[in-house]
Amino acid sequence: MAPADSGDPIIRLFHVHKRYNAKKALLDVSFEISRNEFLFVSGPSGAGKTTLLKLLYLGETASEGQIIIDGLNLSRIPRRRVPFLRRKFGIIFQDYKLIPKKSVYDNVAIVLEARGAPRKTIRKKVRSVLRTVGMEEKRRALPPSLSGGEQQRVAVARAIAGDPQIILADEPTGSLDAESASVIFDLLREYHRRGATVLVATHDTALIRRTGGRVILLEDGGLDVATTIPRLPA
Amino acid sequence: MIRVIHRALKDMWANRFLNTVTVVTVALSILIVGAFALFFVNASALLSLWTKEIRIMAYLEAEMTPEAVDRLGLQMAGMPGVGDVRFVSKEQAMERLRQGMSEGSALLDTLEENPLPDTYEVHMAEAFRNRDRFELLARRIGGLEGVSEVEYGKEWLSRFVRIIDLFRLTGLAMGGLFFLAAAFIVANTVRLVLYSRRDEIEILRLMGGSEGFIRGPFYMQGILQGALGGAAGMGMLFAGFRFVADKVAEGGGFLPARFLPDEMVLGILMGSMAVGWIGSYISLRQVLKAS
Repeated sequence: MAPADSGDPIIRLFHVHKRYNAKKALLDVSFEISRNEFLFVSGPSGAGKTTLLKLLYLGETASEGQIIIDGLNLSRIPRRRVPFLRRKFGIIFQDYKLIPKKSVYDNVAIVLEARGAPRKTIRKKVRSVLRTVGMEEKRRALPPSLSGGEQQRVAVARAIAGDPQIILADEPTGSLDAESASVIFDLLREYHRRGATVLVATHDTALIRRTGGRVILLEDGGLDVATTIPRLPA
Repeated sequence: MIRVIHRALKDMWANRFLNTVTVVTVALSILIVGAFALFFVNASALLSLWTKEIRIMAYLEAEMTPEAVDRLGLQMAGMPGVGDVRFVSKEQAMERLRQGMSEGSALLDTLEENPLPDTYEVHMAEAFRNRDRFELLARRIGGLEGVSEVEYGKEWLSRFVRIIDLFRLTGLAMGGLFFLAAAFIVANTVRLVLYSRRDEIEILRLMGGSEGFIRGPFYMQGILQGALGGAAGMGMLFAGFRFVADKVAEGGGFLPARFLPDEMVLGILMGSMAVGWIGSYISLRQVLKAS
């Protein structure tokens, strides 16, 4: 399938394949994502949603094809430049991936420390994003003492702390109750309104219908259909 | 840099038991290496003191004309490494012998003629005072026309130098072995910490942390373990040295020894830190593969 014409693309995939030994995870996937687009990648479990996201931040490398992120061809990026590519992304994982021995504050601050931000800036920014996600009061808590919804809010705070151009969220509400899921989605929408490109991998079609937006549907590793679903009226 | 040190110290505190064991092991290694160095430094100083006193005695053939004796003296003085050449006539030699024998000197009166030869005492210039040069010079002097025999404290000097060489070799071998052991222990400690923090490292990478940011604290941890172990080892060595010196002084004696020179202490500390760094490097190479 040829890439869709979508204005000013920030992500472009050209005939991307991913194989794990003999197993094919992605088959000839091509599409584009515009700057400041809110897009869903959907499909059943095992369809290749997580693989697709991993390819974007070089958690995995494509077996074939080209991926261009903000003008950078990922197949030609030297290893030492990978951290700089990843700083374009804020990544939210289904299992949160918080560091259990570090406080909420430190979990968020580490993103900025890794970028060499001054201590004062880090303090200001971390408190600001924790306030945004409603977790400032619990900044000293350790992740294992928090509920799933709270941990995911910390993960969102960590994802947006570095002011990324692109947010990648892999099943961000997969293990949350409806109320927590709604809070997380509101946060993602808010960050989208501020100018970020948001890419959410989910199999929750009800959630997609509630939110609305373009959907890339994967089926058995191949791109089945790309369509736009209008947001259901509240 | 301050942040890296801060993070390394935090990690060390979080794994304090493991780190204490590592620092103690490094300290013991440094103590043993330092003890050999201390022996070597003092033995070398003693040897240098002794070699200062050593001279080559060149016995001259009988029946040499005064001109030939003078010429020979000038020839010796012009040889490389020679500091001072003194002529000792057979009469002066007899007088020295007489003074040396004191009570038995009457025996010398029974001699019909002085059997001692004229002699040149050759002292070496300071920069040339070592065993090899001594031997070379003695051989050269012995080969000169008019010299019947040369003598210097060859036997005991060689024996002493052999002992020092043996200690030097043993010290180097032991030192190398202990440095390796210390590097191995540091590598293991860092490896254990790395394994326990694999998830965290993975997260840091995904968040855009550079390899320098991720690995820096581990390198620093190795260096700090080396520095702490080195300082503790040197401290123990100094305390032991003072203890022995004080005990000897209490017994009314005097220990003609000195502690390691500052630059050597600094060198050992730097070596210890390098060992820590190498330990970290080995583990980081094994455990963390860039992704």
